[in-house]
Amino acid sequence: MSFYRLIDHTADLGIEVSGDTPEEVMARAAEALFDLLAERDGIRDAESRAIRVEGEDPADLLVNFLRECLYLYTGEGFLIRTARVRMGEKTTLEAELRGEPYDPGRHRIRMEIKAVTWHGASLEETLEGRERWKGRVIFDV
Amino acid sequence: MSDIPLTQIDEFRWKIEPTGGMRVPGIIYSSRALMKTADEGVRQVANVAHLPGIVKASLAMPDMHWGYGFPIGGVAAFDLDEGVVSPGGVGYDINCGCRLVATRLSFPEIRESLKDLVAALFRNIPSGVGSTGVLKLSEKEQRHVLVEGARWAVGRGYGTESDLETTEDGGCLAGADPEKVSPRALERGRPQLGTLGSGNHFLEIEVVEDIFDPEAARAFGLERGQVTVMIHSGSRGLGYQVCDDFLARLVKHVRTLDLNLPDRQLACAYLHSPQGKDYLAAMACAANYAWANRQMLMHWTRETFERTLKKGPRELGMRLLYDVCHNIAKIETLPVEGRERTLCVHRKGATRAYPPGHPALPDRYRAVGQPVLIPGDMGTGSYVLAGTERAMAETFGSSCHGAGRVMSRTQAVKSSRGRAVARELAERGILVMASGKETLREEIPEAYKDLDAVVDVVHRAGLARKVARLRAVGCIKG
Repeated sequence: MSFYRLIDHTADLGIEVSGDTPEEVMARAAEALFDLLAERDGIRDAESRAIRVEGEDPADLLVNFLRECLYLYTGEGFLIRTARVRMGEKTTLEAELRGEPYDPGRHRIRMEIKAVTWHGASLEETLEGRERWKGRVIFDV
Repeated sequence: MSDIPLTQIDEFRWKIEPTGGMRVPGIIYSSRALMKTADEGVRQVANVAHLPGIVKASLAMPDMHWGYGFPIGGVAAFDLDEGVVSPGGVGYDINCGCRLVATRLSFPEIRESLKDLVAALFRNIPSGVGSTGVLKLSEKEQRHVLVEGARWAVGRGYGTESDLETTEDGGCLAGADPEKVSPRALERGRPQLGTLGSGNHFLEIEVVEDIFDPEAARAFGLERGQVTVMIHSGSRGLGYQVCDDFLARLVKHVRTLDLNLPDRQLACAYLHSPQGKDYLAAMACAANYAWANRQMLMHWTRETFERTLKKGPRELGMRLLYDVCHNIAKIETLPVEGRERTLCVHRKGATRAYPPGHPALPDRYRAVGQPVLIPGDMGTGSYVLAGTERAMAETFGSSCHGAGRVMSRTQAVKSSRGRAVARELAERGILVMASGKETLREEIPEAYKDLDAVVDVVHRAGLARKVARLRAVGCIKG
């Protein structure tokens, strides 16, 4: 739980993540999403999936990236253990997501996350020393 | 509490005067006590007032709480020529709603079998996170579901024709076009038809505890001690994906409109634009899927009652009292300042509440008004209300939808640490079975506003009148 902070939203659930770079924030946000969704310790990094995402600005890119990560589970039954992100030109990114297909016998799903929302989403550089990049996003649960 | 200035108009209404980019005022129906839990919802009522073509006011019901984009409990209507439709004003769970099934049974007749009934319902009705159904739906068959809604289910033997008469809009929203639904949404929806879901969705056996309006109760076929079943579910992954797909499209689209919205989640499209029309066509598909879903869940409930109690359908008399949706945008004709207008009404966590005499109501309810179903949280039971002229005149024929959360899910889980929630409920005479361990703790009764207080405001403000209160005795949750 240490790599992200929960934002308490009355109906829903949000996360706040920090990192030295925007890439690190993105990767940690994906890992946090799956930490909320499933018991992440039980997910092995047996396989990988590659995705490419675009956004209009950094916050939009963060939301779009997490939407794709969530779809890997809701649409394809793939659980993410770790994420590696490389930002491209303008607001695009490529990510390598390691994990494994959901197996009801071995994995426990902790909660249903319906969607990643744009409400209050942000990704920005702050003035504080280490881990200057901060990202925030709210999930509809 | 937000810093937005509020003026109290009367005992149950608070007004936000239009400032900045607000095109109309905001009006919140509430009480002094409930306003204390109003949180960020107030700001969101003001935000919705920024949308183009909004008519009269941005409204909130007394169960209002902080959503994303629109507040939960929000109602807003838009002019068809100048106004917009916003997927965030409907929500991810398109046509989340509930239906109430009345029976001929009285509580003493099921008391001995209650445990078996709850266990059998839990077995027969797929529930839980990502649960999949027993149905193998082909792509072609799914198109029929999306276009026909509850009628598809009835045609396939899940219930009877008369169920459709007591479903809002006959369980089928016009204008559904499966071509507008993405392959992702279709794929997610296929295995999930006929499942309850998780979170706040539930199926509850409830007993009529109080009757407030004997005439309306008679018309609805309710009497003290009677056993009923409340089913609360929606459009599952298909609806979430439709909302997600269109929000992403409209977040981009809205930049071309120069609207300067205070929240991205308010992304929208003009109702007359191709983008707006596409969303409404896809949303109608999700709404129809949800109606088919609730119709199937009800059918299995009937079967389970028959088998467990060893009684025939006639003896049980399980009749659909009514089905309402509380996350939807619909084109409706409503009176606005003395003139009939056709508008796009968004109800996000709000229920349609049509008055006596309205042509949309089935004959047997026409004299008393539309049944308005207000499910409480787990274990508190529900209310049945009836629609009023006042709601038609003031709130685009809308009322509240439930209790509304006051505690976040994490707070609820924290505050219930070490408690055996199922046992606590059992001690109060409510048998609960849930698939998820954390669901019970997230949904503890303290996490919600007091249902009695919410309904009291609705009743006294005249947005619907109290007909009956139902007490929960058995509940299955995802």
